[in-house]
Amino acid sequence: MRYSVGIDLGSTTTKAVVLDEQARVLGRGITNSRSNYKVACDVALGEALNRARFGLIDSELARGGIGPEQRRAWLADFDRHFRERQYLLQLDRLGVALDRHAREERDASVVRPLIAEVVERMRSEACKLFDAGANRKSDFFRDLAGSRYLPIAEALSDERGGRFDRIAGLFDKSILEVENAADDGDLFATLARAALASSTAPAPELRAAVERAANVSLEQASCVGTGYGRATLPFPKEWIRSEILCHGLGAHAMFPGTRTVLDIGGQDTKAIQVDAQGIVTSFQMNDRCAAGCGRYLGYIADEMNLGLHELGPLACKSRRQVKINSTCTVFAGAELRERLSLGEKREDILAGLHRAIVLRAMSLLARSGGVHSEFTFTGGVARNAAAVAALEKLILENYGELRINISPESIFTGALGAALFAHREAGKSRATDGAAAHTRA
Amino acid sequence: MSSPRIQALVEQAEELYRDTRFDYVRKWKERRGGLAIGFLPIWVPRELLHAQGCLPVGVMGGGEDVEIIKGDAFYQSYICHLPRSTIELALNGSLDVLDGMLFPAICDVIRNLSGIWKLRFPERLSYYLDVPQDFDAEIGGAFLRRELEELSESLTQRGARPLDAESLRRSLAAYNANRARIQALYELRRSEPWKVPTWELYTLQRAGLVLEVEEHDALLDDYLEAVEADTSRRPLDQARVVLTGSFCEQPPLGLIKTLERAGCYIVDDDFVQVGRWFKHATPLTGDPLDNLVNAFLSDSIESPTRYEDSDFKGQELVRRVEAARAEGVLFCAPSFCDPALLDQPMAVRAIEERSVPWTAFKYSENGGQFQVIREQAGTFADSIKLFSEAGTP
Amino acid sequence: MSTTALKDRSQERQKLMIAEHFRRLARSAESGEKCVYTFVPGNLTELVRNFDLLPVLPEINALQSGMRGKSREYIGLAEKLGHSEDVCTYVKCDIGMMKSGNVGPTGERLPNPDLLLLSYTGCFTFLKWFELLRQEYRSPTVMLHVPYQADGQITASQRTYVVEQLKKKVIPALERVSGKKFDIDKLREQLRLSARAEDDLVWVLRSARHRPSPIDAYFGGVYYLGPIFSAFRGTQDACDYYRELREEVQERLDLGLGPVTPDGPLERERFRVVVEGPPNWTSFREFWKMFADEGAVVVASTYTKVGGTYDFGFRHDPDRPLESLAEYCLGCYTNLNLPTRVDVLCQYMDEYAADGLLVHSVKSCNSFSAGQLAMLNEVERRTGKPVGFLESDLVDPRYFSAANIKNRLESYFQMVEQKRAAAGAAAGSVGSAP
Repeated sequence: MRYSVGIDLGSTTTKAVVLDEQARVLGRGITNSRSNYKVACDVALGEALNRARFGLIDSELARGGIGPEQRRAWLADFDRHFRERQYLLQLDRLGVALDRHAREERDASVVRPLIAEVVERMRSEACKLFDAGANRKSDFFRDLAGSRYLPIAEALSDERGGRFDRIAGLFDKSILEVENAADDGDLFATLARAALASSTAPAPELRAAVERAANVSLEQASCVGTGYGRATLPFPKEWIRSEILCHGLGAHAMFPGTRTVLDIGGQDTKAIQVDAQGIVTSFQMNDRCAAGCGRYLGYIADEMNLGLHELGPLACKSRRQVKINSTCTVFAGAELRERLSLGEKREDILAGLHRAIVLRAMSLLARSGGVHSEFTFTGGVARNAAAVAALEKLILENYGELRINISPESIFTGALGAALFAHREAGKSRATDGAAAHTRA
Repeated sequence: MSSPRIQALVEQAEELYRDTRFDYVRKWKERRGGLAIGFLPIWVPRELLHAQGCLPVGVMGGGEDVEIIKGDAFYQSYICHLPRSTIELALNGSLDVLDGMLFPAICDVIRNLSGIWKLRFPERLSYYLDVPQDFDAEIGGAFLRRELEELSESLTQRGARPLDAESLRRSLAAYNANRARIQALYELRRSEPWKVPTWELYTLQRAGLVLEVEEHDALLDDYLEAVEADTSRRPLDQARVVLTGSFCEQPPLGLIKTLERAGCYIVDDDFVQVGRWFKHATPLTGDPLDNLVNAFLSDSIESPTRYEDSDFKGQELVRRVEAARAEGVLFCAPSFCDPALLDQPMAVRAIEERSVPWTAFKYSENGGQFQVIREQAGTFADSIKLFSEAGTP
Repeated sequence: MSTTALKDRSQERQKLMIAEHFRRLARSAESGEKCVYTFVPGNLTELVRNFDLLPVLPEINALQSGMRGKSREYIGLAEKLGHSEDVCTYVKCDIGMMKSGNVGPTGERLPNPDLLLLSYTGCFTFLKWFELLRQEYRSPTVMLHVPYQADGQITASQRTYVVEQLKKKVIPALERVSGKKFDIDKLREQLRLSARAEDDLVWVLRSARHRPSPIDAYFGGVYYLGPIFSAFRGTQDACDYYRELREEVQERLDLGLGPVTPDGPLERERFRVVVEGPPNWTSFREFWKMFADEGAVVVASTYTKVGGTYDFGFRHDPDRPLESLAEYCLGCYTNLNLPTRVDVLCQYMDEYAADGLLVHSVKSCNSFSAGQLAMLNEVERRTGKPVGFLESDLVDPRYFSAANIKNRLESYFQMVEQKRAAAGAAAGSVGSAP
């Protein structure tokens, strides 16, 4: 079957969305961005195609008369094994790279067996990572592997009197290599069969469905790239669309009533107005200063020694928000320390900081032509409850009551827009409204 | 510490100037039925407005209390803060009570703000007041007179009473009296700065931008009386400084307090200049409009917005430092303020030739952090004190 | 082939004119010729030359420093000397150049001013700029205060005020410096020549109404303005230059050719845009190329009107010499109020059949930039055409972020294209309905 793909190469993550010939979403993939853009794109696309095949398996099962609950259970189980296989495959590669680098160490005879043991332990506990109830902070291999390698290596070096900082340094070198190396072709069939093999008594219907899905040939009909790093995408120029256009169209596809889109990403903030067809009519982006972007929250989190995802919930606890005027990233740390030294509570300061960021976004919205219903909020900051609450309040106060959309898939907005452009390019001029109905299916 | 009387007066003044909904103006209009005319910093002929039965209302931006929601939509980040908060006030209805707005010739930003007003509020009176940079009576003076006549005519068209010589003469007298009071307070601060803290003097002057002139006189009289009666204020070992550069966008009150607490006695400043624009009383004999014009031409204080028609750029600052027996200069300008910041190197050169120490920083009307400035001003004040001790035989 | 040769001819002529001018300035110590520093908007070139004085325009020197890659160093030097990072970079570039030996664009040293003619028109910073130069050079200074067209028209009072200053201040100052008497008949003749060159310039700018446009009225336009905005208005040289330029553009029109860009002739005109605001000089070619790469041609620009809004009918008038000089000063683009500037932009959009408006907002110039966002919204509201906003600076390379600007430009042109395609589709479906 032929598919169209949109790829959004962002500053921190790369996203891919794959559509079928009817512009229905087949699969989405996401990975961390890295120095080799082509690999980042390939990994995101590979992930989206894997998800597409999962969708095919589901359809096969449904056609075979399997009920939705049963399907969900089987697929969830299969998915955990599939991901574990993916992890182990990457872990093998990491082990090879680590060993190669360890060989260059002065005391290789000590370091090599130590590292081999770290990797072996990681391998043996892999199944725990993908347990039914396991809580993984991130599915990116870099994060997953790092979260295990470092503690295990630290414990072992303590035991053996090794040098932990050097062992950690080896990881940094090796993970870069693994991340930036290309996959050799479509690994779905191999991984899927291995996943089934490691499952306890998978149902024969599932086996058959997986086999059939693995044998479907997926053929790329068209591709469009977008995002912050689009200029560096390994694509010809006519395959590239501005992220403004893609966000506008993506938001329209998710919520067809969208008229105003706000995207607060890591590096920039965009306010976009679209018409009833999802065509951008005007837009504004923040100027060269990164004040008020997601990155600002990153600095605050670092300064407070918190995880980025912990900021919002903490700010939501505030009872008495502190007024903060500056969203200058450079001064953020100083302002924070001064406030803390004045005895202000962390949550109250954080609430003020979130409001300050949202105020910047309000300015950009005003510049682009205001806020009109429906309003769709996308980007990483849209997942932050405190930012969302501040935004909702300010919009209500200044533009009245209107519909605010936030999709759980909002991180894929740009990639979805790009995929829809790709779909058009492929000459399948089916209306984008068709996609809208299915994107959330 | 200060007496309860002083405290009450200053609180009253602070309330007036922080009220960005201009409640006083609303009530004044109900009471008097005249036009309320807003104006931006530097100089406007308040005497002329007063003579036509209007209430001149100074709008020095939105200060620290106004949150910018739509104002940033009009301005890029490298433009000062005052115009964005001013437009915010206009868009959120705060300025609806004003019947017109005067935009003095301060700089290109304020000049263009007058255009935004024309685009956004075409139904309101918005008047760009061009003042001459030529100071000859028959050239620049004639031009200013024509400008003032045109302004007067615009006010009349909006329902103000026509200008007549007798009213204008009375208004010149009223503002002479008000200016004399402010100048007396500046004089008192110069001689005994501990008696008149600058943040109080500033607050009182801000109140004068809203109050009818006679009411402001009463407030100033009460304050002067209370200050003289208060024996609790004692001199401290602080450095005497002239503060310059804050003539348009005004600093947050916290900044002024910070400077004083950091060890500076501000013995002269550029705040709210409209109340002190003329150095002397405007003559009351002869044609009052000519007198007003002549006062502008030849009796104005120096300002970076005014062309210095001599080779003595910065000499006025030197003179002020000497008159105030100041030991240093604080260059305290709003960020992105072209007139202040372009003027500064010339002023610096002039005072350096006299070995007057100086330090410089920038602010924004809504800035909330003074830590860096506190340290800077504190160090500056300490170094001045050390220097003067070392220099004393 | 022939068009290239023709193009070279007018450019060659301009180059020679400029080189000769700077040579005279460099030799002025020996020749005894005197010079007057003044500004582009409201420049009184005819009057200055009436006394056989040579004009020097610090703004042009600053932009040339930007193009020659010297501005970063000059600005850095001025900031080291105490100038704020916040203020106009033309001023700092000029001061840095002066402090570095005052070597002009042709590599020769510029003489110190014998007079600073402060034509204070449409830009507050001019006032501070010459106060700063006066403090350095200790040279005589004469102020010509040109009031702002706050109500969108030149009033009798304003005209009188400017004429009075010309008569009683400027002319006497020029007489003092030159030791010559003012010759009004000579001025009339100069103004006649000015008007002739102005006619040809307007014809050239208006040629952009054709499809494809034979010129780029912004990136190309700034070259065309060189002679008339600087030292040559009112001279036979300027007349010859504009006549030659006009003939070249006529030939491009006859051949149906587009403008010449840094990469050679533009093959296909995909977008026609109006641009508001001055260009960036430090990355001038790169900036231009970003437009050319998209097939975008600037068909009208406001920057090319800072030295006079001739296309709205103004001509220097030999029969009203001082009055018309006053009107010239009062009529410069940056001396127009915002509503008038919006009218100008809307008229350009219509007259030049533009696809949209791009505002290039420079940090340095508040006269241009403060309020551009309001203008942008107003033009969008009135014309319904897509507008875009770019930010950088005149000559401070720290403010030109190529990736950021390219991103916005690409987004903008893709938006224009998408809207055009949608409009085309709508029109098509209406057309094909039975």
